[in-house]
Amino acid sequence: MFGLEALDLARIQFAFTISFHIIFPAITIGLASYLAVLEGLWLKTHEEVYRDLYHFWSKIFAVNFGMGVVSGLVMAYQFGTNWSAFSDFAGAVTGPLLTYEVLTAFFLEAGFLGVMLFGWNRVGPGLHFFSTLMVAVGTLISTFWILASNSWMHTPQGFEIIDGRVIPVDWFAVVFNPSFPYRLAHMSVAAFLATAFFVGASAAWHLLRGRDNPAIRKMLSMAMWMALLVAPIQAVIGDFHGLNTLQYQPAKIAAIEGHWENHGDEPTPLILFGWPDMDAEETRFKIEIPALGSLILTHSLDKQVPALKEFAKEDRPNSTIVFWTFRIMVGLGMLMIVTGLWGLWLRMRGRLFQSRPFLHLAVWMGPSGVIAILAGWYTTEIGRQPWVVYGLMRTADASSGHSFAQMSLTLVLFVVVYFALFGAGVSYVMRLVRKGPVTHEGKEEGAGGPGQKRTPARPLSAADEGFEEGHGDQLGERN
Amino acid sequence: MDFDLSLVWAAIIAFGVMMYVVMDGFDLGIGILFPFVKSEGERDVMMNTVAPVWDGNETWLVLGGAGLFGAFPLAYSVVLSALYLPLIFMLLGLIFRGVAFEFRFKAKAEKRHIWDKAFIGGSLTATFFQGVALGAYVDGFKVVDRVFVGGSLDWFTPFSLFCGLALIAAYALLGCTWLIMKTQGRLQRQMHDIARPLVFVVLGVTGIVSIWTPLAHSAIAERWFSMPNIFWLMPVPLLVLAATLALLRAIARNANYSPFLLTLTLIFLGYGGLGISLWPNIIPPSVSIWDAAAPPQSQSFMLVGALLIIPLILIYTAWSYYVFRGKVTEEDGYH
Repeated sequence: MFGLEALDLARIQFAFTISFHIIFPAITIGLASYLAVLEGLWLKTHEEVYRDLYHFWSKIFAVNFGMGVVSGLVMAYQFGTNWSAFSDFAGAVTGPLLTYEVLTAFFLEAGFLGVMLFGWNRVGPGLHFFSTLMVAVGTLISTFWILASNSWMHTPQGFEIIDGRVIPVDWFAVVFNPSFPYRLAHMSVAAFLATAFFVGASAAWHLLRGRDNPAIRKMLSMAMWMALLVAPIQAVIGDFHGLNTLQYQPAKIAAIEGHWENHGDEPTPLILFGWPDMDAEETRFKIEIPALGSLILTHSLDKQVPALKEFAKEDRPNSTIVFWTFRIMVGLGMLMIVTGLWGLWLRMRGRLFQSRPFLHLAVWMGPSGVIAILAGWYTTEIGRQPWVVYGLMRTADASSGHSFAQMSLTLVLFVVVYFALFGAGVSYVMRLVRKGPVTHEGKEEGAGGPGQKRTPARPLSAADEGFEEGHGDQLGERN
Repeated sequence: MDFDLSLVWAAIIAFGVMMYVVMDGFDLGIGILFPFVKSEGERDVMMNTVAPVWDGNETWLVLGGAGLFGAFPLAYSVVLSALYLPLIFMLLGLIFRGVAFEFRFKAKAEKRHIWDKAFIGGSLTATFFQGVALGAYVDGFKVVDRVFVGGSLDWFTPFSLFCGLALIAAYALLGCTWLIMKTQGRLQRQMHDIARPLVFVVLGVTGIVSIWTPLAHSAIAERWFSMPNIFWLMPVPLLVLAATLALLRAIARNANYSPFLLTLTLIFLGYGGLGISLWPNIIPPSVSIWDAAAPPQSQSFMLVGALLIIPLILIYTAWSYYVFRGKVTEEDGYH
């Protein structure tokens, strides 16, 4: 069917489940830090908007965290069920790193998350702030471990191979492998930006509907400061990440650029758009700018960028896909920068909260960060192909070798179940967003606690909003 | 090396899986018992008895999976790929009931029945395939050159399917006695009524599994019935009988706490019996924990984190159960 083999289905299945999963942790990472900032500002200034925003976003954070935990359950097993040859080959390195990630997340949920979500009125402000900070730091530590594992698969080092299996020799070298610092910075900042645009879009949506209060304004204002200051920083980090990739995975860069061959001593042009054709070994319909490729990637006008034809056919990643996923990511990044600049211009003229064209743009940019993250991950992961561990193990040799029938069945099940359940989850988050921050929200006495009627304790029970519009009262009665 | 890292890790993973079985067992059991309780108010109470703890329970499963990956990559790769379909079905069932659990409370009253069904279906699916996976695990896997070489439906045997049903009965009993402990009034009486027949069902299926296993596997028969093992191991079945009798008596005298504690004892004994049957293999019938172990560099690296964090998790878990001690009533709001 469609010329797909069992291996392709295995890859699609992994891509599907992890794409769904990554959305939740990315927003979790961003919101955790945002909440820490909000609480810090509240403690410092005692302006009520910060407390209101804290309570509003902590509910969304909680639901999102819960979704991340549930979708993460599958990830802990998929390496073994679907990629058993990889697990046996590289498990001694990637397994412990994954365990650390799980332990960190586990630890968070066990300890500080409960205080953060349910302890506002039960512990002192200092301890509560400390808990929020720990959750924020913890999400970043979790990111640290999982990206160490992923980066090692891109730029492996600190190991030796004995009996056909990887043995770690130097854990420091394993963790701090060459692509790790760039990937960690790029992904963490991407999570912050994705969250900022999500927050900004929520505010713009309310402003466009005439709902205007200091908390909503503050949301938009903070989001646009983030866009203005952090989106350009992300471009710089991305540039460094690209240079690192050029050094360690030149074939990926050649594929991203759709660059097939170098002519003489000519500097490499930059292909803006085109359609890389893997069979014809050329990029069709291309629009290119001379020498710009060399300028961006080598920061010089005479050095050349490696070309795809320098690599054996079976060692080339699929240029058609990564060429475009990369451009989607970069394009969205540029739009983010533009949004930030436009926001600054409007702010200086005092029209940030009134300009309808701008607010519409901000709403449309809401999912931009998440889409950019997915596009970026497709670029780096598909660009690593045909290797699962770069230069050491091919993806084709990594799978469990399940039959086509099995893979199709499970893939269909995953797609159906994920869309139904996480679709419900995402629409619930959107419902919370639509409700918007309420003034004096944080002032109410928190319900529950030992001996109280309602004692929430899980992430998802932090949000007591009903599942559908218009039955809040009914639910209030039940609780 | 004096310090046997593989043994330590096997113990940690066995402990994690046991925590999972014990703790997710009773909350899966509540989903299994849901069809027997029709009143929405009582269903709310049933869910509320586990609401504060269920997601923490499931995290042990994640830890078990990740720990196995790091400490015994060979076992992780062989066992998980051999049990591909049952494990995927189990995970999907768990996701289903996890999400249903949350959204049931947030749904409109007239739509709540949809989430009820998802909760029941997810719990049954997850439990059944957990049992199937367990049965197939005991049956063992064909391994050549560190790769599973059996068929994709090798797990589909009468024995493993029976184990699936047996686990449904066992988790139902755990859930039932948990509810006896955590509820009162009509719901508790209803559970009292179900408990006695459930004990006989569980005793029956345990008996069948205990006879079927050594009959099908001579090595396991050897382990239990050879001299002098039989003397050392005799206490296990005797304790099972003693615990069952005590359980029946406790149910007869309408006890609150002891039925659950005695059911836990039964589960421990069953789990211990399984360990005795399989030891020291991590991929039955022939790959031991030492054969499947990651290099000591990996195991010791992970151990640092595990020894720091697992005790903290245990303290927190104990604390959260302590906070939610006592009976749950319909007047209690949702947690």
